[in-house]
Amino acid sequence: MVRFTEVGLRYPSPDGGLGPEALSDLSFTLPDGSFTWLLGASGAGKSSLLRLMHLAQLPTRGKLEVLGQQVRADRRAALPALRRQIGVVFQDFRLLPYLSAFDNVALPLRLAGRSEGSLRPDVTEMLRWVGLQGREMSLPQQLSGGEQQRVAIARAVVTRPALLVADEPTGNLDSHQARRLLALLTQMNRLGTTVVVATHSEDLVAQFPSASLRLEAGRVVHHG
Amino acid sequence: MAERRIRRARDPLGLKRALSDKLLPGLVAAMALLAALALAGSRGAEALKNRWQHGAAAAVTVQLPPEQSGRMDEALALMRARPEVAVAEPVSPDRMRELLRPWLGEVPALPLPSVLELRLKNINLDPAPVQRALSEAIPGAEVEAHGIWVARLAALARSVQGVALAVLALVIGVAVAVVAVATRAGVASRRQAIEILHDLGATQSDIAGRFARRIGLLAAGGALAGAAIAVPALAALSGLAAPLSGGVVQPWSALPWLDLALLPPVAGLIGWATAQFSVRRWLRRLP
Ligand SMILES: Nc1ncnc2c1ncn2[C@@H]1O[C@H](COP(=O)(O)OP(=O)(O)O)[C@@H](O)[C@H]1O
Ligand SMILES: [Mg+2]
Repeated sequence: MVRFTEVGLRYPSPDGGLGPEALSDLSFTLPDGSFTWLLGASGAGKSSLLRLMHLAQLPTRGKLEVLGQQVRADRRAALPALRRQIGVVFQDFRLLPYLSAFDNVALPLRLAGRSEGSLRPDVTEMLRWVGLQGREMSLPQQLSGGEQQRVAIARAVVTRPALLVADEPTGNLDSHQARRLLALLTQMNRLGTTVVVATHSEDLVAQFPSASLRLEAGRVVHHG
Repeated sequence: MAERRIRRARDPLGLKRALSDKLLPGLVAAMALLAALALAGSRGAEALKNRWQHGAAAAVTVQLPPEQSGRMDEALALMRARPEVAVAEPVSPDRMRELLRPWLGEVPALPLPSVLELRLKNINLDPAPVQRALSEAIPGAEVEAHGIWVARLAALARSVQGVALAVLALVIGVAVAVVAVATRAGVASRRQAIEILHDLGATQSDIAGRFARRIGLLAAGGALAGAAIAVPALAALSGLAAPLSGGVVQPWSALPWLDLALLPPVAGLIGWATAQFSVRRWLRRLP
């Protein structure tokens, strides 16, 4: 479960203080096993909201509960373990450029301390799942934008996370690939993962109708 | 190929390339060499100081002329009776030969003078009355007081040792600064990778540990090279200094082997700890 209560977020301003609120008065609950579209124009605050959800950013006010745990600035030591239960597809992929597709996907498993022998089948299977069999040894720069995005998706789901957060994951995919990716995400969701996907493609939402959360200028204007 | 891939995978921060395996070890090697010289200088000064302080304790020597050498016991009794004298001991011919060896070499047939060593109750006492009493009893006997000079030499050796230790402290300080700068450069060039690992759930100790292990290894390797260069340098220096310390020239056994052996692990530890501290400090900016 993800629960926001009166959450606000300010980014640091260039003068060293805090800027205006990029997100204000966010109060909503996403139940376990839900699938939620996060909608809003560019600059509305979708990425910021997702960063709060996967603990890359802490709220400047309000209360945040992720996977049943209170997220608190004074309990940072507890955050890495919580992060490892969250899969993230970043808007800009964020692959490590000097690691092969295989090693990029294996990274979260290695960080979690999985043995080399036991992670190999999982990584191979995940790369096959996103249609990249045979490209295991390729470096990110040898892959197209869409292929890189699929590596990022495989990395996000390889740990079978309880919460999956994707920031415009179809941005670099053609419509066929986008539909295929959404099928993967809904499949994960059916297996019990709570999924949140940010997009500004109304087409995609129409093809996979589900609950949605709409942001405008950092505030929730619709949830349901 | 497969092996290379695994090695890369164990280094997700790409530290093998971000932290140069030439610059940092090279700097650490130079500093380890300096540290070895400072340590050897400190040890040498300490040995001289002990030797000279021992000499200062036996601050007065009495020499009987060869024709009076039969009257050693008489001279001893006389000296022990004086109120200024704490201890009076004859110098054995063996010790005499050892003392003279650096100056005269091995001369078994040389007739050695009969010598007494006195220690006065107080280093500042005037030895003149002792001299007068002695030369009245045994004509030609000479008293030589050199305590003040020996004490000054010992003080000089002490300050040489102090300077050597100050140099050592300076070298350690510079080493910490160099490692901190190298770590900061490595962190800056891998900032994105660190943030990615952090967002994927890596702990602070995981990230800091990767830097610390790499830098500790580079520092230990550099110090090993520096210590290796120090061995012939120190052997040559100790060969030159041997006559001064009154010892037989045995450069290999005179080297501070334990200090040299400790340089790599100590440098590794300094590198490891400094990198841990710098990276953890930097990581505080991430949630
Ligand atoms: N790192 C940052 N520092 C300062 N301001 C930021 C940062 N990231 C986003 N913002 C601001 O927060 C607002 C929301 O941005 P974002 O969350 O990226 O929106 P979206 O993903 O919906 O396009 C924007 O006004 C943007 O300028
Ligand atoms: Mg965005």
